[in-house]
Amino acid sequence: MEFDIQTWVKVAAFTGGALAMGLGAIGAAIGEGYTAAQANSAISRNPEASGDIFKSMLVGQAIAESASVFALVVAMVLLFTEFPSQSYLTVCVLLSSGVCMGFGAIGSGVGSGFPAGAACIGMARQPAMSGRLTTNMLIGSAVCQTPSIFALVTSFILLFTNFSGRPVSPTWAAILGAGLASGLGAIGSGLGGGLVAEASCEGVARQPESVGPVTNIMLLGQAVTQTTAIYGLLISFILMFKSFPASDTLASSMALLGAGLCMGIGAIGPGVGEGFTARSAVSWIARNEAATSELTRVMLVGQAVAESTGIYSLVIALVLIFVI
Amino acid sequence: MAIEGADIIKAAAFLGAGLSMGLGAIGPGVGEGMAAAKACEAIGRNPSEAGLLTRTMLVGQAVSESTGIYSLVISLLLLFVV
Repeated sequence: MEFDIQTWVKVAAFTGGALAMGLGAIGAAIGEGYTAAQANSAISRNPEASGDIFKSMLVGQAIAESASVFALVVAMVLLFTEFPSQSYLTVCVLLSSGVCMGFGAIGSGVGSGFPAGAACIGMARQPAMSGRLTTNMLIGSAVCQTPSIFALVTSFILLFTNFSGRPVSPTWAAILGAGLASGLGAIGSGLGGGLVAEASCEGVARQPESVGPVTNIMLLGQAVTQTTAIYGLLISFILMFKSFPASDTLASSMALLGAGLCMGIGAIGPGVGEGFTARSAVSWIARNEAATSELTRVMLVGQAVAESTGIYSLVIALVLIFVI
Repeated sequence: MAIEGADIIKAAAFLGAGLSMGLGAIGPGVGEGMAAAKACEAIGRNPSEAGLLTRTMLVGQAVSESTGIYSLVISLLLLFVV
């Protein structure tokens, strides 16, 4: 079937836009539903605090919504922008951009729902701490949104970079790999970051005096959790900005696509696992403030071991890009 | 089988509309279900607050629905506008 390139460009634009919105809607909805569930639970425990709880639920849900709003923006851009281009690379760019934002919104959407839910429950237990709980919820959710912002940045760079000077093969695979690396890589870190923020809100409600160490270790734990999303962004940037010499073999293209998949999928597990670790550490610091230094140490060591497979993925991705 | 260029564009738009709404329906389903489940539990623990709890559940579910509406909008755009 021989069609002109503009036909394929439109096909890719619609497919990319559909995937961006379809995938992007999943995470935020689940996270917001979780928040609503916890809010209801909280109101049933303490109906007099229902005003604060309700407000907090809406604010938390708004942050979770932002990930899917990014996806909506990318979908609208893909559907309605004219892409006058005679290169097959544009086809790959549009698909990759859509898939990147679609996957990238999943983790952050679900993750931002967790601290909002915990803040609602916390306000039922300790209405006096409402202000501090809101602060921790906002800080934690904001950090949790960063992977979806990485995905948005990658999507936009893909859409607005001029790839016309590059050889079609293997750059087509580099473009697809770049989208997958950032998009898939954002899932684990978004979820993990949310788990840590949830524990900090719960800990502040349980033990208001521990707010200092709990917040500090939340930020430290979240920072480590976000590292795999940063690796994904790094691989994306390398794939987008390095010029690859023209090559007709399928092998050199598959190496680049494989690099993107490797980093993208490989970033999921460590992101979630380190989130579990930090969540547990923060919970127990709230229960036992005196053990803060031991808990921090074991959290960091444990997260480093969990990071190991993420590092292996990064290494293999770099080998696929630079050595093969 | 000779397929026209315009035909395959329409084909992609329709497939995309399906994917967009199909995938987009997952999240609100799960999220609203969780909200309703907890609402049942909450009312079970505290039946006198049933009105307030039901209202909260509906508002929370409406926010969760919004992403599903975005997907519906993109689907309809792909079906009828582009």
